[in-house]
Amino acid sequence: MRYDYVGVLVYLALAVVFVLVGMTAQRVVSWFLRTNRPNEAKLSPYECGEEPIGGTFIKFNIRFYVMALVFIVFDVEVVLLFPWAAVFNELYAFYRMALFWDMLIFVGILAFGLAYVWGKGDLDWIMTFRKHLSPAEKVARPQSRKEVA
Amino acid sequence: MIAALGLAVKNPATWVFLAFAAVTCGSALVVAVSRSLVYSAYALLLTFFGVAGLYAFLDADFLAAAQLLVYVGGILVLILFGVMLTHKIRDINLSNESTNPVVGAVISGFLFLALAYVSLMTDWQVVEHPASATSGEIGRAFVGKYLLPFEVSSVLLLGALIGAAYLARREKREA
Amino acid sequence: MHPVITFAHNVLPFTKGWPDWVVYVAIVFVVAFGILNTLVAPLTGISTYIERRMAGRAQYRWGPNRVGFRSLLDALPVTRWIGRMGDIGPVKAIGRLIPGGLLQFAADGLKLFTKEDIIPAKADKFLFRASPYVVMAGSFAAFAVLPVSFNFRAVNFNIGIFYVLGISSLVVPGILMAGWGSANKWALFGGMRSASQIVSYEIPVAISLMTAVMLAGTMNMTDIVNAQRSGYGIEKAGALGWYVFRYGGLMIVPFVIYFIGGCAEVNRTPFDLPEGESELVSGYHTEYSGFRWSFFFMAEYSNMFAVGAIATTMFLGGPLPPYPVQLTEQLFGGMGHLGMVLRFLEGFAWFFIKSYFFVLVMIHMRWTLPRYRVDQLMHLCWKVLLPIALVWFVLMCGVRAVRMEMKLAAQPAVAEVTR
Repeated sequence: MRYDYVGVLVYLALAVVFVLVGMTAQRVVSWFLRTNRPNEAKLSPYECGEEPIGGTFIKFNIRFYVMALVFIVFDVEVVLLFPWAAVFNELYAFYRMALFWDMLIFVGILAFGLAYVWGKGDLDWIMTFRKHLSPAEKVARPQSRKEVA
Repeated sequence: MIAALGLAVKNPATWVFLAFAAVTCGSALVVAVSRSLVYSAYALLLTFFGVAGLYAFLDADFLAAAQLLVYVGGILVLILFGVMLTHKIRDINLSNESTNPVVGAVISGFLFLALAYVSLMTDWQVVEHPASATSGEIGRAFVGKYLLPFEVSSVLLLGALIGAAYLARREKREA
Repeated sequence: MHPVITFAHNVLPFTKGWPDWVVYVAIVFVVAFGILNTLVAPLTGISTYIERRMAGRAQYRWGPNRVGFRSLLDALPVTRWIGRMGDIGPVKAIGRLIPGGLLQFAADGLKLFTKEDIIPAKADKFLFRASPYVVMAGSFAAFAVLPVSFNFRAVNFNIGIFYVLGISSLVVPGILMAGWGSANKWALFGGMRSASQIVSYEIPVAISLMTAVMLAGTMNMTDIVNAQRSGYGIEKAGALGWYVFRYGGLMIVPFVIYFIGGCAEVNRTPFDLPEGESELVSGYHTEYSGFRWSFFFMAEYSNMFAVGAIATTMFLGGPLPPYPVQLTEQLFGGMGHLGMVLRFLEGFAWFFIKSYFFVLVMIHMRWTLPRYRVDQLMHLCWKVLLPIALVWFVLMCGVRAVRMEMKLAAQPAVAEVTR
């Protein structure tokens, strides 16, 4: 029923109102107590007591991006599988094992995708060059997770 | 039809719908117009959330949750990763030299008038259907009428996965 | 007529004159407010206290044991006189049972409230301020569908568990907002790591939850709870009906995968690299101070409780007691209004005990296990948990299919299912 969505809105609104009221109250109290005394040290970014070196950017780590991409694909897979799981029980009498093979094909194709991405090394957090490494380089550079410390 | 509008305004559901529509359109405007790339990306969060709310208004509960799960939890995160990892993103000031505000305003004004005319003049069929278990119906469709699209979509996802992984893979540079 | 509205009209007759939506919003608001003020804010405080005591125990020291009811008694002259009664033997013995330091969290909360609100100069003011809202909204809205007692929940969604998955993914952009808005390299790094960790572990979590959904045949949390009332062919099964014990213990694997993934989702050790104190100070909430920080803190602990609550609902029967619930149903059914209240309390008590047990396990794990390195973390998710979750999902579906085949073969005449 439509009302259920309103319930969700109430929860979201309550969380927002809670934070709002809390912060406003804190503002009022701190105006009262005059705790607001900014100085340069307090306003600079915190780096465990050291002076911050360099701007606030980090080098582009592509592994974050790859991981998010793989996540999206599997997320859509999960979204498509949820309705199947919800109707498995009630439809089994009608479709019998075909219902199971449907899901197996779906999951199997994506499991193949996972295996491919795994084998090609896209899931490794530590990226290593895989091709054209001389034996000496293979020794020097960790090839697998086991060799890292 | 004007009478129907008058009745609708008294209904609190209309106000909530207008609020969601305003949030969606407003944040989409921020996404398109904002000078800061990061603010555009974060305004997309509100847009997706508004769209999920609009889905909820259509009683498509599964779709609303799927929108949140996939778009907000996945695609927005992907966009944010891309935006925030770009070097010196704070200094980039987006501006497009080829904009012409006058022509743009005229075209979008005409588009708006056309859409408004169509939506006001259409004889909308108001279906008062009770909330159905949409996930159950989607599941039944997946194994019944739409089984082939269900399986083909997995192949599509496989293609997307392999393509994306290939594009993002580090190329071996000559040492 | 919506069940909440009929309930309101029955219990509070004065609401009959109000428009429907006002009644609904008021009831849900009261329930949500109650949950906020019992399960979120104070529970965070008590969990903090328990955590610090457990930390002390693990590190062979006392935790906080000074700021408590006992010291409060000593503080005021009047109560000190009452407290002198505590020198009498039996009263002293009872007093020793109360741990000191129980009010530490209240003192800490008050301290946080009065601290200066520092916003770094280079911070993106809008995003810095906005992120607690997003994170709190995402964490708190998951409480809407939790079945806190028998057939009692704030919002009845047919897509219950799917909704929880969807709404808790609101937290991820919030964390990225916090990390970016802090204008601190390490906060940004911590935020990205946290976001990537949460997002990776969502897949094995979703697949293991899907296994439980497949067993129940519905995503509705209340129906899943009711499906666990009986199992193994026994009508009054009690704890045997819980999904974690089904299929002769095979369902323990999805349960464990869910719990591990849930720990990772709330950034708890051994997955707390994003807030690793030895590495990134506090990760994405490094630059937050005072009360603004406490919202992230509350969001984390309420998320922990939500993870425990979902684990109990899907795998441990939610508000169902370990003894057959039909017994108390008959007992309390004949007691009218008092019986209704008792039944509510019984369900809520079991729900709370089971969920909080998981919170305690998470707290214990934090002070026992060392931290995962980030590549080990990702390896665990993508190369261990995800394949196992997928294989187990297919396996459970296969077992269910085989059992239904046997059941259908045993029936001589099956009614035609019209589609």
